[in-house]
Amino acid sequence: MSTRIARKFAELKERDERALVAYITAGDPTPARTPGLVLALERAGADIIELGVPFSDPTADGPVIQRAAERALKAGTTVAGVLEMARRIRQKSQIPLMLFTYLNPVLRYGFERLSIEAKEAGIDGCLLTDLSVEEAGAYVRQMREVGLDTVFLAAPTSTPARLDLVAKYSTGFVYLVSRTGVTGVQEQVSASVAPMVEGLRARTSSPLAVGFGISRREHVEALRPSVDGVIVGSAIVKVIETYGQSPELEERVEELVRDLKQGTRAPEAVNR
Amino acid sequence: MSTAAAASKVSEPDSTGHFGPYGGRFVPEVLMAPLEELEIAYREASADPAFHAELDGLLRNFAGRETPLYYARRLSETLGGAKIYLKREDLLHTGAHKINNALGQALLARRMGKHRIIAETGAGQHGVATATVCALFGFDCTIYMGAEDMRRQQLNVFRMRMLGAKVVGVSSGSATLKDAITEAMRDWVTNVETTHYLLGSALGAHPYPLMVRDFHSCMGKEAREQILRAEGRLPDAVYACVGGGSNAIGIFHAFVGDPGVRLIGVEAGGRGKELGEHAARFAGGAPGVLHGAYSYLLQNEDGQVSLTHSISAGLDYALIGPEHAWLHDQGRASYLNCTDEDALAAAVKLSRTEGIIPALESAHGIAEAFRQAPSHPGEIFLVNLSGRGDKDIGIYRENLPELDESA
Repeated sequence: MSTRIARKFAELKERDERALVAYITAGDPTPARTPGLVLALERAGADIIELGVPFSDPTADGPVIQRAAERALKAGTTVAGVLEMARRIRQKSQIPLMLFTYLNPVLRYGFERLSIEAKEAGIDGCLLTDLSVEEAGAYVRQMREVGLDTVFLAAPTSTPARLDLVAKYSTGFVYLVSRTGVTGVQEQVSASVAPMVEGLRARTSSPLAVGFGISRREHVEALRPSVDGVIVGSAIVKVIETYGQSPELEERVEELVRDLKQGTRAPEAVNR
Repeated sequence: MSTAAAASKVSEPDSTGHFGPYGGRFVPEVLMAPLEELEIAYREASADPAFHAELDGLLRNFAGRETPLYYARRLSETLGGAKIYLKREDLLHTGAHKINNALGQALLARRMGKHRIIAETGAGQHGVATATVCALFGFDCTIYMGAEDMRRQQLNVFRMRMLGAKVVGVSSGSATLKDAITEAMRDWVTNVETTHYLLGSALGAHPYPLMVRDFHSCMGKEAREQILRAEGRLPDAVYACVGGGSNAIGIFHAFVGDPGVRLIGVEAGGRGKELGEHAARFAGGAPGVLHGAYSYLLQNEDGQVSLTHSISAGLDYALIGPEHAWLHDQGRASYLNCTDEDALAAAVKLSRTEGIIPALESAHGIAEAFRQAPSHPGEIFLVNLSGRGDKDIGIYRENLPELDESA
């Protein structure tokens, strides 16, 4: 069963483009603003959206996304609320949508209930940052049952045996963590990406997307030759933090994303 | 069935670190390989007599083991029921049981070639123990501590700094132990190649709950032998306070295979029964995942971790160690809770009948033993006095203003 995510990667490949995966924390600054922000991201060229479901104890995130989660929770964001945002987005857009969160909110909601309601709301896949492949059996079975993609993380510390499992359990794409550390912007994208890409290409035909620390067009351009997609989170969330109360919010977000998207295109296509 | 076999039946995790359904390894992928590496290093060290010899030497000559098992005669007579024995972990170097595990993990870190240590601390006892062993081994040491706990435990903050540790305040969330662990995990994710995370309770991802328990199991082993020597029989009940659960699991472990010994853990009942007012995970929680382990967790209906309250910083945490969850579900141990007020009263009573000022954490376990003693004449109670009260004098003073009236 092919999801919007797989079709998007295939379609981009035809055009020799890479996917720009944009992360925002759902409900930041408020649940009401999220659908409009997603449409703005799409207008600016984002190809896939990760909707972060806020969690109280985000151990894998840096301060930018942690603050976004605090704002979203304060604004009353719940799992059910994020699914409602997805339904509203689906009335206007067919952009691939993923849930990106930690295990506990999903565990509490129930794998079965979440998978069925997410599918019905127009969600295409899910990534749980603290769910290791070893512990993921029941979750993966349930998500597959309803036809949702399950994306897992590969890290610079992953051993060959672990990359085997990550490749086996991931559908839609594999999320490569560019470096050891939490989410957040940085000056240079780590050199540790190349061996991971090589390791995973030998194990899977799924697209590979790299995240953590990607904030600028140069980062995207540097990664373009080796990967199928890039994931940008903190850089976008930072703009939302700065302009959350301003009428310019969507415009500022679009400005950043439009520039990042240019980096995913073949240089000749950009120059023309 | 031998005692050892009976114990292993209920309290050894499977190969992936599960005690029944609890425990496991729920962390971002970047930490999975380092945890595998830690597990291998720990298993190798456990099988190495030289490692044990060095650890035992440090426990004896540096930390002050074995600790006495003390028959609290005047207290027992006052209560008029069970005979109460106190396992005097409060007499250990640094003032609490925490040093057992800190020494074990420091030796392990050295074996793994890691010279930077990070740790979280709630009451500051684990932070002090960690800062102490880092000074002893010459390790670079960073301690994460909730800003609220730093306020409550100023003396321990200064002790850590005097020992050469860097203490980093954490003001996110409730600014207590939970947030300190989150921050320590972020540091570890970032610096995992050079850094060992010296986790201080029987919490977190496998192998931590197993390893921390093993390093603390000396308490139960000693107490079991000591009570057999003193009374010629096993105790009827063992009491310990439970935050993450390291002192409790350390003393319970030697008795798990003795079906006649009741194991009683005492959580923080705080100041009310509503979510946010206590840290009684069995009474108010449901299974969930926090900081790497699956266990009973205080959380709201949307899976967000609740804030907790306890007068005692060391018990103020939303998740209980996974082995306790398993002992609970199997009916092998029972878990009760004690309010702030009852813990304070128990601390005063112990101070005045035996001349021992306990840590606020330990006072929770003591309070429950006091409550049950009168109705159990002829029985023997073993209470883990896991720490001393010096660090809590400020809080005792704040909460017992009538004692300051002498002026």
